[in-house]
Amino acid sequence: MTKLKTQSLQKKGSDLAQSNKQLDILSNGIFQNGELPTFKTKISETSQFPLTAKKLEILQINVGYMCNQVCDHCHVDAGPDRKEIMTRDTMRQCLEVIKTSGAHTLDLTGGAPEMNPDFRWFVEEASKVGVKDFIVRSNLTIIRANKKYYDLPEFFKKHNVHVVSSMPHWTKGKTDKQRGDGVFDKSIKALQELNAVGYGMPDSDLRLDLVYNPSGAFLPGDQSAMEKDFKKALMEDFGIEFHNLFAITNLPIARFLDYLIASENYEDYMYSLVEAYNPAAVANVMCTNTLSISWDGYLFDCDFNQMLELPVNSKSKHISEFNEEQLEGRNIVISQHCYGCTAGAGSSCQGVVA
Amino acid sequence: MSKTYYDPADLRKFSEITEWGEELGNKFFEYYGKVFEEGALTAREKSLIALAVAHTEQCPYCIDAYTKDGLQRGVTKEEMMEAIHVGAAIKSGATLVHGVQMMNKVNKLDG
Repeated sequence: MTKLKTQSLQKKGSDLAQSNKQLDILSNGIFQNGELPTFKTKISETSQFPLTAKKLEILQINVGYMCNQVCDHCHVDAGPDRKEIMTRDTMRQCLEVIKTSGAHTLDLTGGAPEMNPDFRWFVEEASKVGVKDFIVRSNLTIIRANKKYYDLPEFFKKHNVHVVSSMPHWTKGKTDKQRGDGVFDKSIKALQELNAVGYGMPDSDLRLDLVYNPSGAFLPGDQSAMEKDFKKALMEDFGIEFHNLFAITNLPIARFLDYLIASENYEDYMYSLVEAYNPAAVANVMCTNTLSISWDGYLFDCDFNQMLELPVNSKSKHISEFNEEQLEGRNIVISQHCYGCTAGAGSSCQGVVA
Repeated sequence: MSKTYYDPADLRKFSEITEWGEELGNKFFEYYGKVFEEGALTAREKSLIALAVAHTEQCPYCIDAYTKDGLQRGVTKEEMMEAIHVGAAIKSGATLVHGVQMMNKVNKLDG
């Protein structure tokens, strides 16, 4: 049965809205009593500790936690009640870094990034810089949420934005269960509108990729098999085309951690992650070539560390003092949530890594 | 709670059977792994067959394992239930088809 989803953990006053509570859970219990090895112990077995940052390739900017949806799995704990929004001043500082850094990919995320009042200004300015790959992570329903967003497909096209959108399943039931009533129908409509302006078509340069993450306490299946199933079903049922599917593992933080604990799946899920640990994935985890920037300009190894308030281990801690040389080679800050990126074929914002 | 014959946590220990019989255990797991690889049937189709057989065999470990495996492969609950009905139909059919034997016997003894 689907339900209307309305509030973030923060708004509910849940203990798990606090990052230190989440980190406590991830450090204690089965990881403290030795039942499972910590991530540090595990990567040490293959001499991969400390994990260090390589050359910066991807700047991922979180322009705010406000979102029109309240999805069960959200690691950001995003929602309509979240007021953290990146200001234009911080965006200007980001633009300076985009111009000067060696990163070839710019990745805007949220919340729903389109809800930031300066989103369009930022996209226009950033697209002038000429990064090779300019990604906006759109939840799709925002395109149908309000008249003022109806032209987003055209806006994305104008600035040659690479659209990456969440789609938990090709069926209504599984999608709405995770993301809320009505999300599936709106997402389908939004995808059709993106297709209509050229996004996702087989020979189109307008890239449209989908992100699949499981709707419950299990890991994603094989990415290429899932992609085939998604393509077949979306084409047969709705005539929808898209380019690639990224299968992403849910990390045990924020609302997904809350769900795992409430449904008594936490320990089994952590066992699944540890059992699926793949040392080959460690070499390519996204934190080694990505920098995550929060709505207020602070720097993190990844979006997950941002939500856990684990800042980068570097003198450069804020976009205003960004120094690429200082950041390169930094030790990545890790905890047990990192197992989520090293399970199976690995997981990153661009899908599998191994 | 009192001890039971089945403990869900035992599924994680399945591979330990090799400790008391290494050669046969390893051969079994190698065979098992091969069986579930993509072949003339997709891994997804094999997963659904395994789920149906898990039910007809009434193996709680296998039911847990292949329900989770199906979810990971994007199998829907409707597909899972249909697969179980296939298993149930064969089980009930296998029972009922023996009714012919009963009828033959009745006809021979009392026809």
